[in-house]
Amino acid sequence: MATTITSSEPARAARNLMLVATAVMAIVLAVAPVVGIYPVFVMKALCFALFACAFNLLLGFGGLLSFGHSMFLGTAGYVCAYAAKSWGLTPELAILLGTFAAGALGAIVGALAIRRQGIYFAMITLAVAQMMYFFYLQTPFTHGEDGIQAVPRGRLFGLIDLGNPYAMYYTVLAIFLLAFLFIYRIIHSPFGQVLKAIRENEPRAISLGYDADRYKLTAFVLSATLAGLAGATKAIVFQLASLTDVHWTMSGEVVLMTLLGGMGTIFGPVIGAFVIIALESYLAGFGEWVTVITGSIFVICVLAFRRGIVGELAAWWTRARS
Amino acid sequence: MQALFGQLLIGLINGAFYAMLSLGLAVIFGLLNIINFTHGAQYMMGAFVAWFLLTKLGIGYWVALLVAPIVVGAVGVIIERTMLARLYKLDHLYGLLLTFGLALVIQGLFRNQFGSSGLPYQIPSQLQGGLNLGFMFLPIYRAWVIVASLIVCLTTWYVIERTKLGSYLRAATENPALVQAFGINVPRMITLTFGFGVGLAALAGVMAAPIYQVNPLMGADLIIVVFAVVVIGGMGSIMGSILTGFGLGVVEGLTKYFYPEASNTVIFVVMVIVLMFRPAGLFGRER
Repeated sequence: MATTITSSEPARAARNLMLVATAVMAIVLAVAPVVGIYPVFVMKALCFALFACAFNLLLGFGGLLSFGHSMFLGTAGYVCAYAAKSWGLTPELAILLGTFAAGALGAIVGALAIRRQGIYFAMITLAVAQMMYFFYLQTPFTHGEDGIQAVPRGRLFGLIDLGNPYAMYYTVLAIFLLAFLFIYRIIHSPFGQVLKAIRENEPRAISLGYDADRYKLTAFVLSATLAGLAGATKAIVFQLASLTDVHWTMSGEVVLMTLLGGMGTIFGPVIGAFVIIALESYLAGFGEWVTVITGSIFVICVLAFRRGIVGELAAWWTRARS
Repeated sequence: MQALFGQLLIGLINGAFYAMLSLGLAVIFGLLNIINFTHGAQYMMGAFVAWFLLTKLGIGYWVALLVAPIVVGAVGVIIERTMLARLYKLDHLYGLLLTFGLALVIQGLFRNQFGSSGLPYQIPSQLQGGLNLGFMFLPIYRAWVIVASLIVCLTTWYVIERTKLGSYLRAATENPALVQAFGINVPRMITLTFGFGVGLAALAGVMAAPIYQVNPLMGADLIIVVFAVVVIGGMGSIMGSILTGFGLGVVEGLTKYFYPEASNTVIFVVMVIVLMFRPAGLFGRER
């Protein structure tokens, strides 16, 4: 079934457009630090873009709204930071370990949360994430309010010194692009098609013989793992793993990025993440107004702008052509 | 022994707030199919209205008990009419996202205005002092909160389960189109139900004001615990929400006494266990 879809004429055109857009994105990001855009900003945005893409895999294509994705970002960050700092692992191993930890947590939480649907699913993930927050607050290895500070960036594969900002930047970019292509691949695989079918009509997918729960769990674990990759990378970049990343506001933020960029679109979460991170660094001096503005964007998106930036652009493009 | 009873009392008080808040959430969810994420912010607004009445206008606690729910409920009605009403035909998740955004806006505005440190609110003179029961000291205000919230909860239960108005409400929960066909104004009923649920949260906020400090974020973490309470109880039954709320408050109090490290997480742990064995919740039914 999937092959007939991808080989049709408009689908092939869409795929070509997609590949061109990805290439453009990769080139723009690759030259960004050379032309003087602050690399730390882009690295931060890239980590959140990956986080949002991972989240979008679950919400946009699986129809599952997790309100606790901060637990995967934060868990991976803590594990990665601890492994790099206390065990002296090289950065790639620390990142892998953190990612794996997030995936394992995702398997446990996912198995629990998919027992309920819709709103309950959101509340359960939120509650479990809050439990993890208190766990990290109390357990000694995370150093509570201080977090794990001064995490060494180390040498990638024991060779490349990530203390060099350019080395760090291109490492983050490579991780992001690989994960982005991986997510694209998942979405356009037979697995992704079944996932969309379950999102549209779960009883029908079940009646066609698909084990919906298994597909949903797999999607949940994949999403958690990729969110973990973002969190672990972020810990190495900022040399810090802190409670901010496990707090529920972070879960809300990733929902917002995805909603603003366009859920269920490939590029939406990336654009949403860049916009939100830019907005936050721009408004950093305004204190609590950030919360008010973030909340207002939520409200506006839901009321007037449900397809998000990329979704609206795509709809406009379709209208303009016909 | 003193400490045990003390923790039990605190547990009952927390339970009273869980019960009132989860009751409001359940009533709203029943009719609107929306989980109201602003519930915590509205609880906080109730406390602030009481604080404002007392410090700025010199109006005391008893009037605030009546005025705060009406004011905050009216704000709720406006939110329902202007925003939520546009979302009923869409996926229910949009209601959750909208109310989450609103909660951020409200809490942010209050923090801008009042900072994040708590503002004190005096216990009304009639309820000051305490009773020595021999095995423990019982502050009168705390006893009042437990009794008052029980009365509020049971009255709500009675109205919904035993009166004609309640029967309309329950019927509209099952099948709004049919109830509307019988000539009942369902949209107005939805609006008033939302206002009532929000008012209940504000009432809880007024009652909480003298116990906890009045703080812009007092509802932010509480609402997540209340969500867990709702998942544990299941939203199908009004009495179920009340029992689960009080029960979990007591469980939390006992945990504080026997194993304080886990007191923050015990309700979430209970939720996990309930989900494993009874996914629909203790009093819920699968929808």
